[in-house]
Amino acid sequence: MNSLPAVRSPWRTAILITGFTLLYAPMLLLVIYSVNSSPLVTVWDSFSLRWYVELFHDSKMLKAVSLSLTIAVLAATTAVVLGTLAAVVLVRFGRFRGSTSLAFMLTAPLVMPDVITGLALLLLFVAMGHAFGWPERGMITIWMAHVTFCTAYVAVVISARLRELDRSIEEAAMDLGATPLKVFFVITLPMIAPAIITGWLLAFTLSLDDLVISRFVTGAGANTLPMEIMNSVRRGMNPEINALASLILLVVGIAGFIAWRILAHKEKQRVRDIQKAARG
Amino acid sequence: MSQYNQPVATSAPATPQPKLSLAARLLLKHGRKLVIVLPWLWLFMLFFLPFLFVLKMSFAESLRSSPPYTDLISWADDQFSLVLNFSNYLRLFSEEFYIGSYLQSLKLAAISTLICLLIGYPLAWAVAQSKPSVRNILLLLVLLPSWTSFLVRVYALMGLLNNNGVLNNFLLWLGVIDRPVEILYTNVAVYIGIVYCYLPFMVLPIYAALTRIDYSLVEASLDLGAGPLKTFFQVIVPLTKGGVIAGSMLVFIPAVGEYVIPELLGGKDTAMIGRTILSEVFSNRDWPMASALAVSILLILTLPIIWFHKHQNKQTGAKA
Repeated sequence: MNSLPAVRSPWRTAILITGFTLLYAPMLLLVIYSVNSSPLVTVWDSFSLRWYVELFHDSKMLKAVSLSLTIAVLAATTAVVLGTLAAVVLVRFGRFRGSTSLAFMLTAPLVMPDVITGLALLLLFVAMGHAFGWPERGMITIWMAHVTFCTAYVAVVISARLRELDRSIEEAAMDLGATPLKVFFVITLPMIAPAIITGWLLAFTLSLDDLVISRFVTGAGANTLPMEIMNSVRRGMNPEINALASLILLVVGIAGFIAWRILAHKEKQRVRDIQKAARG
Repeated sequence: MSQYNQPVATSAPATPQPKLSLAARLLLKHGRKLVIVLPWLWLFMLFFLPFLFVLKMSFAESLRSSPPYTDLISWADDQFSLVLNFSNYLRLFSEEFYIGSYLQSLKLAAISTLICLLIGYPLAWAVAQSKPSVRNILLLLVLLPSWTSFLVRVYALMGLLNNNGVLNNFLLWLGVIDRPVEILYTNVAVYIGIVYCYLPFMVLPIYAALTRIDYSLVEASLDLGAGPLKTFFQVIVPLTKGGVIAGSMLVFIPAVGEYVIPELLGGKDTAMIGRTILSEVFSNRDWPMASALAVSILLILTLPIIWFHKHQNKQTGAKA
């Protein structure tokens, strides 16, 4: 099969430059105005880091950051366990009673509007609260809600990897008498490890980012970072938020750079392998 | 093959261990079921079941109390009664505000999806046509914004679209306009917001479809005398139809229920359905009405969701 050839054309360059300018210009502006000393976000005054200093003295924001990070770590970890199980079940178990419903419950959350998921979970938690007196709305309900939609994303990532894997290795181990559990831990798990890491990171960012669902299921006092940002931004622009947003962009930028290094390294290795194979 | 044979062959006789604990034996016997049940049960309890509560709530009546709704089923004086209240649904069709917010949501989402497609397809094409080494970086650059917080991106647009923001100043400087145009807090800002935030979701599936094309088909079409435009519309577009559908659904469905973008970028009259539901729940505390709104929007979105689900399965299934 021939894949697309690389074409040098001025059109391609023009499209790429326009596209990426549109994507990145707003964020660049945001960073520029975060080091502006003026409290007016749109008027440039002089360079200053005062909004970063103020941000680090804002106890409400810091509390929200730590709550969000805690929930994100817990939710991502749980979602990876459930998502891996779901992916293995879907890809390796063939058809069973409930396989269609499981597949549907794993793709629907990917596109379900947050507002509907949020309302549905709120009603569930309220009903549960009346029936059992548990769970109390707050961190635990946000965690449960996040695990649910993160599981779907993790399952997509891992099942894609599982489908690419050569099944014969697992089958060989099975034929030679390894129990399914052993096959999973000794053969499958190491092979899907990169996808598990990707899935965890994806779940982590999704959980950190969620505003609407958390807004529905939270209780008194449990404000995540996006909720605090929303409360502040609704009152208009605010240079402290610029500083916070710039820090978020910085972290994501570093993560992106690391991802790029890993990709470049893999690419190099692939080229080297091909050369080696060609030389025989 | 022999590599795999030896180490496993030696350990194979050791597997039937005589003394297994009860838990281990249960796990071995019912392991398969357990593995299926765990994710299934979680999703059933926290994804499927909640929708039944929404459905039930949509037939309740709102009360000024806590909880702010009536029970459908009651058991009093040896009488079992089930009271279904359809007034919420009737209100949906009779009050202009609700109909308006449906139509506005669908219109805003549909037009934004189209604009996303018009920008996303060329971008995906340009990325797919790059050298493999550059391709990875470009793809990463497309994805990177979606790793940052959604709120941060919407907030960045607020700075750009402001009355004395950069876009207005730039247009003034160019001489295109002579006084700032109001963009922020209008529907135009909502379009820009949806396109900006959802563009990566459009580019990714189209890019994946483009890289999967067998290019010899394109070459054959060109060799046989079809022009580049004809080749594009009659060969490449049909071959990437799957990616286009998946991308469009990934943009359209969440955009219909979007809350953050109309709340921060839209005006007071931008009543998208997500915003309406939130205000019913939190300001009016009319949970039954909010539920009726959610049920009906879900009914409207069922078709696109099933379409997306089928497509997603086909795409991943074809890869195997």
